[in-house]
Order: sequence, then structure tokens, then C-alpha cells
Amino acid sequence: MKTRSSLLDPHLLKGALIPSLRKLDPRIQWANPVMFTVYLGAILCSMQLFRSINLFELQLVIWLWFTVLFANFAEALAESRGKAQADALRSMRVTTPARKLVGNHETSVSASDLRPGDLVVCEAGDAIPSDGEIIEGIASVDESAITGESAPVIRESGGDRSAVTGGTRVLSDRIVIKVTSEPGHSFLDRMISLVEGSERQKTPNEKALGVLLVSLTLIFLLVTFTLPAFAKFLIEQGLGGQTPGFSSLVALLVCLIPTTIGGLVSAIGISGIDRLTRQNVLATSGRAVEAAGDVDVLLLDKTGTITLGNRQASEFIAAPGVDAKILAEAAQLSSLADETPEGRSVVVLAKQLFDIRARELAEPHATFVPFTAETRMSGVDLLSGGETRRIRKGAADSVKRYVESIGGNMPTEVSRNVDDISAKGGTPLVVVDGSRVMGTIFLKDIVKGGIRERFVKLREMGIRTVMITGDNPRTAAAIAAEAGVDDFMAEATPEDKMRRIKAEQQAGHLVAMTGDGTNDAPALAQADVGVAMNTGTQAAREAGNMVDLDSDPTKLIDIIEIGKQLLMTRGSLTTFSLANDVAKYFAILPALFIGLGATSGSAAGPLAALNVMNLHSWQSAILSAVIFNALIIVALIPLALKGVAYRPMDAASLLRRNLLIYGIGGILAPFPCLKLIDLTISGLHLV
Amino acid sequence: MHPFIPSLAFIVIALGVSWPLSRWLFRAVVPPAGIGRFDKVLATLLGKSALTSGSWKRYFIQLVGFNAVMFAVTWAIMSNQQHLPLNPDGQGPVDTSLVFNTTVSFVTNTNLQHYSGESTYSYLTQLTLMFLQFTSAATGIAAFFALARGLAGKKDMGGFPRDLARIVVLFLIPLAAIFSAGYILSGIPMTLEGAASVTTLEGLTQTIARGPVSAFLAIKQLGTNGGGFFGPNSTHPLEGAGIISNFLSLLAIPIIPMACVWVFGRIVGRPKHALVIAAVMSAFIVLKIAVATTGETSPTAAFANLPVAESPNLEGKELRFGATTGPLWSVLTTSTSNGSVGAMHNSLNPLTLLAPFSGMWLNSTFGGVGVGFINFFLFMIIAIFIAGLMVGRTPEYLGKKIEAREMALAAAAFIIHPLLILGGTALFAATSMGADTVANAGPRGFSEILYEFSSAAANNGSGLEGLGDGTTAWNIATGIVMLLGRYLPIVIPLAIAGSLALKPQVAESSGTLRTDTATFGLVTFAVILFLGALTFLPVALLGPILEHLMVPI
Amino acid sequence: MSIIRLFFLCVLAIGFLYFPALLVFAKIAAPEKSLGSIVNGPDGKPVGSRLVAQAFISPGYFHPRPSAVDYNGQGAAGSNLSPTNPALAERAAAIAKSYDASAGNPISADLVTASGSGLDPDITLAAALYQIPRVGNARGITSEQLRSVIDTVKRPLMGKLGGPELVNVLELNLALDRISR
Repeated sequence: MKTRSSLLDPHLLKGALIPSLRKLDPRIQWANPVMFTVYLGAILCSMQLFRSINLFELQLVIWLWFTVLFANFAEALAESRGKAQADALRSMRVTTPARKLVGNHETSVSASDLRPGDLVVCEAGDAIPSDGEIIEGIASVDESAITGESAPVIRESGGDRSAVTGGTRVLSDRIVIKVTSEPGHSFLDRMISLVEGSERQKTPNEKALGVLLVSLTLIFLLVTFTLPAFAKFLIEQGLGGQTPGFSSLVALLVCLIPTTIGGLVSAIGISGIDRLTRQNVLATSGRAVEAAGDVDVLLLDKTGTITLGNRQASEFIAAPGVDAKILAEAAQLSSLADETPEGRSVVVLAKQLFDIRARELAEPHATFVPFTAETRMSGVDLLSGGETRRIRKGAADSVKRYVESIGGNMPTEVSRNVDDISAKGGTPLVVVDGSRVMGTIFLKDIVKGGIRERFVKLREMGIRTVMITGDNPRTAAAIAAEAGVDDFMAEATPEDKMRRIKAEQQAGHLVAMTGDGTNDAPALAQADVGVAMNTGTQAAREAGNMVDLDSDPTKLIDIIEIGKQLLMTRGSLTTFSLANDVAKYFAILPALFIGLGATSGSAAGPLAALNVMNLHSWQSAILSAVIFNALIIVALIPLALKGVAYRPMDAASLLRRNLLIYGIGGILAPFPCLKLIDLTISGLHLV
Repeated sequence: MHPFIPSLAFIVIALGVSWPLSRWLFRAVVPPAGIGRFDKVLATLLGKSALTSGSWKRYFIQLVGFNAVMFAVTWAIMSNQQHLPLNPDGQGPVDTSLVFNTTVSFVTNTNLQHYSGESTYSYLTQLTLMFLQFTSAATGIAAFFALARGLAGKKDMGGFPRDLARIVVLFLIPLAAIFSAGYILSGIPMTLEGAASVTTLEGLTQTIARGPVSAFLAIKQLGTNGGGFFGPNSTHPLEGAGIISNFLSLLAIPIIPMACVWVFGRIVGRPKHALVIAAVMSAFIVLKIAVATTGETSPTAAFANLPVAESPNLEGKELRFGATTGPLWSVLTTSTSNGSVGAMHNSLNPLTLLAPFSGMWLNSTFGGVGVGFINFFLFMIIAIFIAGLMVGRTPEYLGKKIEAREMALAAAAFIIHPLLILGGTALFAATSMGADTVANAGPRGFSEILYEFSSAAANNGSGLEGLGDGTTAWNIATGIVMLLGRYLPIVIPLAIAGSLALKPQVAESSGTLRTDTATFGLVTFAVILFLGALTFLPVALLGPILEHLMVPI
Repeated sequence: MSIIRLFFLCVLAIGFLYFPALLVFAKIAAPEKSLGSIVNGPDGKPVGSRLVAQAFISPGYFHPRPSAVDYNGQGAAGSNLSPTNPALAERAAAIAKSYDASAGNPISADLVTASGSGLDPDITLAAALYQIPRVGNARGITSEQLRSVIDTVKRPLMGKLGGPELVNVLELNLALDRISR
């Protein structure tokens, strides 16, 4: 998935040509009423050519067909990008037989015959035949085909890392998998159909926009095809001139109806999902992508999203009467065997502050005491001269209990330090040497670089961030303040999370969240946008409406931007499309009624005064407008595929910016373009 | 002084008057205690059910039912006027197609008049029409209240009988009485005596039609009705006696539509939003006034080579109203679907016509009492939709999401207006039904047909008089257009409001497109201008603009 | 059913309250104006309405603006001619000619344009002055005399607030008749 073609890969461009022709099928055209109108106009004008033919009308018809084809091409191009990915995914489908476990013996069956509830065995080298849940064993799995991440991941039964995806490969060990998906409905299948856009349904906003475009088309039909009646009246009143011809009317109609947005609307929708896929996020529907644009509350897990996964030692605070260096030494000793990031950071800090080198201290008679859930402490026992020196470090309350059980006591000073650290959002670890409390290590949550700025931007966009953490309220408050989130939930349980989502929704907010555990599933389902981590359980992945293959919770922010960008692209191109009409009116209307009111002897009537662009002739004016109208579709394909530039800012500024570019720009841009086209075609003597 | 300046001052005055008026209107319909003393009277007179409120569907059905009664009674009186009392001038029977047209015209608050009041209808008929001027105006205001309640998020959109009775009795009648008193004191007749017969100084006999004009005039102006007691409407000296009655008449045109905007802000609890709406509407008015005053201060093209002193265009204008009235009135009356005239529109300079035309094409820059706001709401929905997309959110209005259903309804309502105008004009321009009836040749003749349909569709009622619109074809065609142009743009927005009211309220944030900012006002302004221009530019070109360009300069 | 009752409630309020109350008010507050501002001549008989233009054809009277309906008080209307309509120019040319207007002495525009009602009772001061030679000739009185009659009748458009000056033709002619028969 990570190997991606560039936006306008020549290979893709070529691949989109044939489908653009295939899309001339009326049943496909019918789905897009704006383009269907052009299509119909092109057919009728073509038929007219059989009765009488002239160069002007021939060119007109050709450009009408180009208009249709360009729109087809835009759609085909957007689809082809997905198709290339789909083909790659399809090749991953497991064709080798699966080892189905029946009772205690294995039978070889085709992967496509597996039903939910079946058990299959996979060993090193096997491809996992279907989505499932590991019910036995642990294995390292290569998921690079789906995530693009080459490092293998560990999957094991029980817990939150039990889900496996069909099409991935077991690298080591043996696992038994309970199949969870129906054949043809696996994650891989869903991915294929998603990237391919085969099941693409119109999203709510797309439907609403469609309605608007249809109504504009109807209005312009009315505007255009009442003109002959008006012309007839004026001609009968003795004003001279001619009733506008059918093909000229079709030309006016095609120029007025919003073909720019009409021709690009499905490409915009497809590429919106495509952009998400490029970020390695799979949305189950376009609706979810749109909803992302509307989200105004983000529930973010603290760990991994706001803070780095690991805390780091940042300070040694010695107990009264203890030298800080002694404390550091003890702390380092207790952490030597502690391979957790926290443990390593203690060793590093001791070295930085007091230049205590780890190796010098490594004594031969050391027994390391690992962390257990029971003691909630870890440390080291050092044998020297027949005496055992027991150094421990751990959470304040456990250490206190431990020290008191062996006759020591916790100095009040240390307790106060512990509280202070908590209040600052840190985690205190108390170090004890024998029964003597040496002091406290300040383990700090490290807020991710740049995250604060992102929250500021989110706030500008009107999105409120809520940090979810299991920490106590004081710690949570401190980190929340440091990270700059708007709100936090401390000591949060999955039920709390669920309650919070419902409350926010009740208040009219749209909520997005990420989650990975099975107990996150209900909340993921409840949230308007629920992004499941690919590393999470099958339940979580089923519950959310998006899956992040990179399992990077920060990506929620990108998802929202993509959602907004999708809507903005539609809105901006609609505006642009309508704004273009002004110039086209100025080109075509004087051309249509060229002879009206002309005094005897002159060919051009008073309406020629409106030919502000001074276009060469009435034919070239009409043709220029139609050519511009067709070419602008092609010119805007890159924009439709990439989406309009998005910068986080408040709605009013965004609106002003887009209005300026696409509204004012849309009014002005066509004038020079039309003139240029006019000069070209009249220069080439095409009219 | 360029007439633009006093016109501008006038708009400020009217806006100033509309503010206290809005407080009156709001209190008249929404009593502070929920149930007012008047409601108890209503419960006794109309039955308890009159006080219940319900869905938009129930509201609309009652509205249509009441309008149907209005229609039936008027038809009966009008077609039998020769047998009925209060007919001192002995007006005879009236052609059925004219009965249809006039009845529809007054029931729909249009007041298109294919007749001359003083020579066609008895005092009783005129009284009935005055009655309709109250009830049709109240119908529009009631629909507006229902819409506003729905947009405020209430599923319960009120009860029509209660709203209507309160609007008529507690608001329109007292307000009209104040204006009538002003008219009586400033010289407008108010009598049931028949025409006065006099012998002029040169010994000729002149018969001067008169009647209970003051009572008629007040509600005609206030209720955006516009149907004059006399044929030439307020240009008639007994309907527009002088500068004071003229000022009263001008003031009466926009104040209730303006007040509706403030009332809306109050009902939905967003006064700043109302301010933005009023600003957008006023901007259009000012723009049109600029066009009209500029157009009318240009001298009459026909006199270019004649020994006539240079002057603004005076054809069709009354001297006693001053130079400001003609263009200002033409803008106000078409912006508000009033349809009364203080100068003959058919004698306006070609480019001036763009102002009244655009007033009727947009039909929402203050617009008709109640319904003008409803039309503006439709434009706003489309503006919000496009602007909402541009800021990257599902468009929402007052906290309710605008989705395909609302867009479909808005779009349907939106097509009706151009359909009626362009479709009708095409039909009549291309056939003898219209082509044989025009008074002026060439592009002006086209404008006459276009104007008649624009006026009927916008429920305006003014006309480029001179057009032979008394034919059966005109009577029936414009009758149908008036009906469709009235009830569809009421029922569809009500359905939208009903649909929005059922939706959950979306919370606002800085990512929300705020509706109370200058930016929003600008977008709405641009969308209205744009959609209007794109739809009607070709006809504007073939009518007024072509006529202007054809004059050798 | 409540709809029908509602209808009758409105009939009651409008037809039997609003309307009669105003009739009574008019009778008391403005008895003459409410009947149409009818003006009596020297003989006490009504000669017209101060507000409604009437035809004056003889050269000895000041003439009102043209009327598209020949000053018909029961069928008022404007010409409804477009400013681009040749008929408008033709009419203006004919009137201008009758006054012997020339580029050096152009006729006031209100004298060649019909008002909206065809019953505009006023002319501009310029239009009144423009007619002095004809009226003076016909009546055999001096321009100064005529000028002073006009001055007694003329009024600013907005009363005390000023504005361009207008002359009511019926009042002017009545005043004229008082000084010379």
C-alpha cells in the first residue's frame, strides 16, 4: 500500500482512457444528471449534423463530446488509482489450502470455504487464510502487505492483540485461529472494494449537492430554451436578426450548467477516500469521511497520542539527609536490569547528571528483582561481604508498605515530593535502600513535540480536544495543561468514555475517537468517527468506521483535515463553476442575438456593445466558450484529485479565502482564457 | 439634490420605524404570558380548538382552508355585485375570467388588477377586496411566524386561527387605522357617497370618482397588497393627495416586511443574525435605488431633439410627489411585492426598469409581508449550503444540518419562480396571446409581457400598464401563476422548517459557519445576486437593456 | 369549523369595526377633504376638486399637464408610453409647436408629459410662467399682473420644508377669474 503512484502517473493516465470511453454508456451517464444533459445535447447536435453540416457546428459537436469525455476521464482517472491498489491487494488473497482444525486433526480446505467459527492452524511460513481471532499461541506476523510496515508484529491469544488479518503471513511459532469473517467479506475484501470504489455510494453531502446541481441545470434549461420564443417575439416586432440555432442553444446550456463541478464531483469523492487510503487509513464508507469533516470533539488517549508511550526520568529528589548523587547511584543500580524505557531513562539520567557509569557499578553478585504486579516494585539485591543490600524502586504507596513492613518509615518530606510530582503531571518512583528511603525519581510524561501547536490549530478549526487517561486527576490536569488540550478525563474507564461520547452527542457535538481494545468497541461504534487501530482486536476493528493501518492515533487529526478538504473541494468548485458563467454569458449572449435590432446595412445590432472581450465573430465567441468549458474540466482534474489547499483556520477566514480564490477568481479567470482561445481559433481560421 | 440622497435617508427612517413596530408585532402574536386575555375571547368565539397548535402540516392545511373560504366568498360577492347593496354608481356584472383573476389576485396578496377600480367594481366589492387585503397579509405573516418557530427548533409550529386572529385584530387593524387617520387628515377621501359631478370653469361636466379610499389605502400599502382603489393606483390624486400622504404611503410599504426580520431575530434568539439579514436586504434596496434614481434623472430619450427644457423623466409622474418618489416607490413596491405605484412604470426609462424587475425576480429583499422573509430563507439555504461546503463542514443553519431532503425542497421551491416567469413569458411572447396585447413596440413590448408574469409570480401586482391584460388568456394565465407563486413558496419552506425542527441541534464552534457575521452577509448577498443574475440576465438583456441600447445616443 | 368562525370574526372586525369607525372619524375630522376636496366656484357651485386636474382649453386659462384620458375623473390613467416610444416624441413635438417653443426658449417638460393619473392638478412654476404670454394676450392683462397672481397661488413642494415650487392650476385659474373676467 505504501508504494504509491504519483498524482498523474502516465501509466494511470493511459489506463484511464479506455474506461472514459466505456463510460459513454447511457446507463452510467444517467447517474450524473448534469453530464447527462451535456451527453444528450451532444447526441442531438450530432444528429443535426446529418441533416446539414458546416465547420462551426462540427467543431461544436466535437467539443461537446470532449466535454463528456473529459468528465468521464476525470472519474476514470480517480478510479484507476484505486484499481491499481486493488489489484495489488487481490494478489494477496490466499490461494493455498488452509489447515482447518476439526477435533484434533487437520484437514486441508480451500480458504474460501472457511466459515466463521472454523478453527485453522497457521505455522511459520503460512499465510493466514482469513480474518480471525487467535485462540491459542503467540506468533510474529508479517503484516507489511496491508500496512506497508516491514517490522513484524506480535499477535497472541487473549488481550488486545489477538486479531489477525487474512492475507498476512506468520513468521514464527504456531497459532490456532478462530475464523471471524464470512468468505468474501474479510478485511481484505472490504479493502479491495473500498479502494476500487466499486461499492461507492453517494454520501449525504454529495446527494445534497447533486440536488442543487440538478436544480441549477433545470433552471438553465429553462433559461436557454425560452430564448427562441423571446427572439421570435422581437423578430416579429421588426427588430431583425435570427432565432438562435439549436446547436448554439445547446452550447449556451452546456456552458451555463455547472459542468465543471458536475464533471468532477465523483472524482472528488473517490479521491477523498483515496487520500485517506494514502494515509493508510481505511474508511468503511464515504459517509465516514464526510462525518470526519464535521467532527468538533476529539477524544484522544493520552498515551501514545498526546504523550510519547514512555515516561522519562527527569530529576532525582533526595530524601532529607541523603546526597542526590547517592540517590542517583541507588536508582541506577535498581534500574540496571530494568529494560523498560523508564528504567533505561533512569540509568541515562544518572549518567548525565552525575556521570555515574553503569558498567562500573555492575557487580558480579547482583540479583535482579523484576517488577511484579503484586509488589509493584523492581530492584536489585547486591551481595557484598555476606550482606545483602536490597535496593528497590516503585510506586509510593507500595514502597511505603514495603518500608513499613521491614521497620522503616516514609519521611514526610518524601511523601510531599511524591505529591508534588503527581501535581506536575509526573510519575513519582520512590527508591529505597534497605529500609532507608533514599528519595524520589521524577518520571515525566513527555508530551509529543508539536502536539501543542496542533491542538491550537484544532481549536482554530473549532475542534475541542479531550484527553482520556487512567492517571489520577492531578497528574492528568498537569499533562492536559502542558499539552494544551481543552479538557481531560482522568481515571477514565471504557464506560466513562462511552458516557462522555453520549453526553457530547446529546449536546450536539460530533465526536471522533481512536481505540484498539475490545472494551473500546462500544465507544468506537457510538462515536461519529471511530478509528480503530489495526493492532487492535477484531471487535474494535469491526466497531469503528475507519481502521488505521499504521495504528497511529495522532492521525485522527489528518483524517479530519481530509474530511474537511473533501467538502471544501466540492464547495469551491461549485462556486468556481457558477462564477465562470458570467464570462460565458458575456461571450455567448451577444453572439446569439447578434443581428437583433441592427439598423439596416449593419450586421451587428446594439447588443454587440456587450461583447466586452471583443471576440472575433459570433461563431468564435460560442466556440471559445464551449472549448473553455471543456478544457477547464481537464485543468481542474489535479485539483479535484488533490483537493483544495487546506489550512487550519476558523470558518470565517476559510470562507473568505475560498471565496476570494474560487469566487472572484472564478469570475475573472475565464475572461483572458476566452480571449486567448478566441485568438487561437480565429488565428487558425477554424471559424 | 440627487434623489438618491433623500431616498437613502428614507430607508434609514423606515428601518427606524420598523424596530418598534417589530416589538408590537411580536407581542401581538406572542403574548408574554403564553395565553393572553385575547386568547380567552378567541376560545369563546372560535372554540377551544382554535388555541391548539401543531405540526407544519396542520398549520398549512388550516391556512389553505381559510384562504379557500376567502376565495369562495369573494367570488360570490364579485360575480353578483350588480344585485348587491353599496353600489351607488351602478357597476354592472363582471366577466368570469376577470372575477377569477381578481379573486385570486387579492386572495394571494398580489393585487394584480386587470381592471380599473372606479369603473368596474361596486363599493361592496371594493370593501370585500379591502377585507382580503387584511386577511391575505395576515396569512403571509402567520406563515412567517410558523416558519420562524420551526427554525427556532420548535416541532410545534403554532396554530393558524389563533395567529391570524391576533395578527388581524391586534396588529393590522390598529396599525391601518392609524395610517387611515393620517390619510383622512391629509386629504384622501373617505366616503360612501358616489362620484361627484361638477361643472368646470370652462363649463364642461367632470365626474370625479371617489369612495372610502383612506381605509382601503392604509391596508393596501401596509399589507404589501398594492391594489389601488383607482385604476392608476397611488398616482391618482385622490389616492395620493400630496407630499404628506405620499410619505405615509411610502413608509407603509416596507415597514412590516422590515419588522418581520427583527421579529425573526427575536423568535430564534439571534438578533445579530437578523441584523445581518436586514443589512443584506437593505443593501439590495440601496443598490436598486441607485439604479432607479440614476435611470430616472436621465432625461426622456424621446425629447432629445425637441425644444423641451432638460428635466428628469416626467412622463407618468405626478409633480406633487417630487422627483424622489417615482424611482424610490418603484423600488420599494417591487422589493416588497407591494405592487402599488407612485409613477407609471411603463413610462420609466429603460434602464430604470432593471430595478423593479430585479425586485420581483429576487422577491426577497424584504419582500411581501411574511412571505418575503420566507423567500429570503430559501436563498439563505442555498447560500449556506455552498458556503458551508467551502468551510469543510456539512452545512447547517441555526444548528440544524441541511441535507439532501432540505436541499431538494429548497431547490424545488427555487425553480418555481423562474419557471413561472420565463415559462409564462415564453408562451405569451411567442403567441398572439401576448404579442397582440402589448402597448409599446419592440423590446418594451417584451418587457411588458415579462413584467406581467414577473409581477404575478412574485405576487407583486404592479404592471407595465397599457398592456392589454384584460383578455381571458391573460386573466387565466396570470391567475394560475399567482396561485402557484403564492402557495408553493409557503408550503415548501414550511416543510423545510418542519424537517429541520425534527433534527438534533448541532453545537456551534469556531468551525461553524456563523450566520451573524459580515462575511455571511456578503456571501448571502453574492449568492442572491449571482443566482438572480444568472437566471434573468438574458431577459434583462432582451428587454430593458436592448431597449436602452437601441436608442441612438 | 373554527376556520369559518375565524372568517366571520375577521368580517366583524374589519367590516363592522375598522371601516365604520374610519367613516365616522372622517366625517368629524375632515368633512370636506373626505368628500374629495371639492372646490366651489364664485357662484357657490362645485367647479371641481382641488386635487383633480380638469381640462382647460381656452387660451385665457392656464393649462394643466396633458392627460392621456382627457381628464376623465372616472377613468384615470397614464399614457403608459415608453420613453423610447415615437408617439411620446410626436405628442411633445405637437405641444411644443403650439407654444412656439424653440431651442432658445424651450418648453417646460411637465407641459409635454402626461402624468401617471392623467389628473395631475399641478404644473411647475416654470410651466405657469411659460404660459403667461398666451394668457396675457387672451385676457389683455399684463405679465406683471399674471405673475403676481401666480405668486399668490404657488407653493413649495414640501410646504415649510421648501422644495421646487408648484402651481395648482384650478386654484390659479380661480384666482385669475377673480381679477379679470
